[in-house]
Amino acid sequence: MSIEIAGLSKHFGAIAALDRIDLSIKDREFLAMLGPSGSGKTTLLRVIAGLEAPDEGALAIDGRDALDLPPRERRIGFVFQHYALFRHMRVADNVAFGLRIKPPHLRPSRRVIAERVRELLALVQLDGLGDRFPAQLSGGQRQRVALARALAVEPRVLLLDEPFGALDTKVRVELRRWLRTLHDRLGLTSVFVTHDQEEALELADRVAILNAGRIEQTGAPREIYDRPATAFVTGFLGEVNRLPCRVENGIARFADAALDVPKGLCDGEAFAFVRPHEIDLVAAHESAAGTAVVRALSVIGPRTRIHLDHGDHVLEADAERAAADALGLAPGVRVGIRFRTVRFYPKANGEPAAGERRCGSGG
Amino acid sequence: MAADRTIGESALTRAVLITAAVALLLLLLVVPLTLVFVEALAKGGRAYLAALTAPETLSAVKLTLFVAAVAVPLNTLFGLCAAWCIAKFEFRGKEIVTTLIDLPFSISPVIAGMLFVLLFGARGWFGPLLVRHDISIVFAWPGLVLATVFVTFPFVARQLIPLMQQQGTSEEEAAIVLGANGVQTFLRVTLPNIRWGLLYGVLLCNARAMGEFGAVSVVSGHIRGLTNTMPLQVEILFNEYNSVAAFVVASLLAMLAVLTLALKRALEWRYRAELVPASGVPAS
Repeated sequence: MSIEIAGLSKHFGAIAALDRIDLSIKDREFLAMLGPSGSGKTTLLRVIAGLEAPDEGALAIDGRDALDLPPRERRIGFVFQHYALFRHMRVADNVAFGLRIKPPHLRPSRRVIAERVRELLALVQLDGLGDRFPAQLSGGQRQRVALARALAVEPRVLLLDEPFGALDTKVRVELRRWLRTLHDRLGLTSVFVTHDQEEALELADRVAILNAGRIEQTGAPREIYDRPATAFVTGFLGEVNRLPCRVENGIARFADAALDVPKGLCDGEAFAFVRPHEIDLVAAHESAAGTAVVRALSVIGPRTRIHLDHGDHVLEADAERAAADALGLAPGVRVGIRFRTVRFYPKANGEPAAGERRCGSGG
Repeated sequence: MAADRTIGESALTRAVLITAAVALLLLLLVVPLTLVFVEALAKGGRAYLAALTAPETLSAVKLTLFVAAVAVPLNTLFGLCAAWCIAKFEFRGKEIVTTLIDLPFSISPVIAGMLFVLLFGARGWFGPLLVRHDISIVFAWPGLVLATVFVTFPFVARQLIPLMQQQGTSEEEAAIVLGANGVQTFLRVTLPNIRWGLLYGVLLCNARAMGEFGAVSVVSGHIRGLTNTMPLQVEILFNEYNSVAAFVVASLLAMLAVLTLALKRALEWRYRAELVPASGVPAS
């Protein structure tokens, strides 16, 4: 089912948790809401579920105004951050809860409920664990019980609040791939909240990036990564070096280098954003954007992470280990640096990007 | 580890401290409690039974049971409501409500009793109104119930508030999203999660309700066979130098205390994780 959100605002005291949010989620879409803590993403999810009422704005689910509907009439499944399993009930009773509380004329028979619980536990790969209590399960198992419980009432929309936040890395990666498969198989519309950009980029059809109660950008993972709309998005998606510079007549001046900047960027203080893997290290005399001195090296599997002193700033660069070794990098060595992609944003604010400059391999 | 051995006091100091503590416990708690039973049985089992079945004693026992049977369910209900509001909702003036719940703990029970006399006594604020309609509250059972409800009000609420606050609202929210209405949420999710804490609170509330002396003493009027509860009966019998009878009634109260303690310990031992101990509940 589609979800349409228009002009939605919610204040907690003087703080705007949501500030005029517009967002449309398509039928069968898997949308990630990504943002730092306090950005309003969980509040938005709770408003969709009906657990919070917005101060103003509109919410339509499947073309129907949903703000006046109580949570139970929205046909939504909600997976809570810490699962919120009913601790005094066995796993099977947790899963059956949504069916057992239906009014008598809608409630399936005992036998049907038992059968449905069995199917759901099989679906989430927890066959035979129906008699356990939540406290007797591992984190990943609890997560799947929460999912089975939410799916029992056959929701059309699945909302997940930091679904993998409390799990260790290996389980997290397995579970999120499995969740994606499940989403596709059941034909759900899913929205999940996360602060983990890798998770959002890997899993979602589309990502909405929230900051301070506002949506900074929405788009396909590749699109927002390649063309971040704001300085915030650039900084939030992956690691980035932020270099102060001064723009004069279309040229950005750094400590010991100058680069052309795209049209439209006004003169004045600015920041250049460069991702570690978009920095090429070359011999010192081939330099395009100046030189830097290696401060430290660390080898992470097949790649080498290089910390560089560049004027008053520390730059982080990332290179293949073989390439780094070939350059003979060691602390104290002076190298030349080239930026493959640089994005400039004016210093004062995070207004939409002035643009970006692709320097090409030759600088 | 070597460090562990050097931490703490010497064996002698420990022995002295433990002996002192045990001796004090024996002297102040165990000996008096035993003495109650020894005195009650001083003239033999027959005398014990005779004192127990004396009409005034029986009516005191009945009245105590009656007052507790009204006050404890009322306070269970009030306590549940108060704890539910305070733990699960945010509202203006919550601090004030929380403080008010503790009021009966900080007011001397005698003052509480006097307040009711001041309000409902023949010369009290509502006195003329009550006289006109021939309703008696003070010096009658409604006064005893009111005073007991007031004094024992905090027990259930104080037990439940920290427990419910610690459990948070996420399970209730999960129930609501799954389609449960308010009653279903309360009966199927909230109540089962607090049942042992609730029982614990009710137990303490009941012990205090049956043992309350001060507030009840003021509103009772000491009408024999009519408005005397067990603690009041003990006092009267004792003042009349009828020490066997006094100790017989006292022994009943002592047994209630021992039973309460035993149940309390059993609950604590069995359901420790489900009872967040409320701190600073003063004894009566």
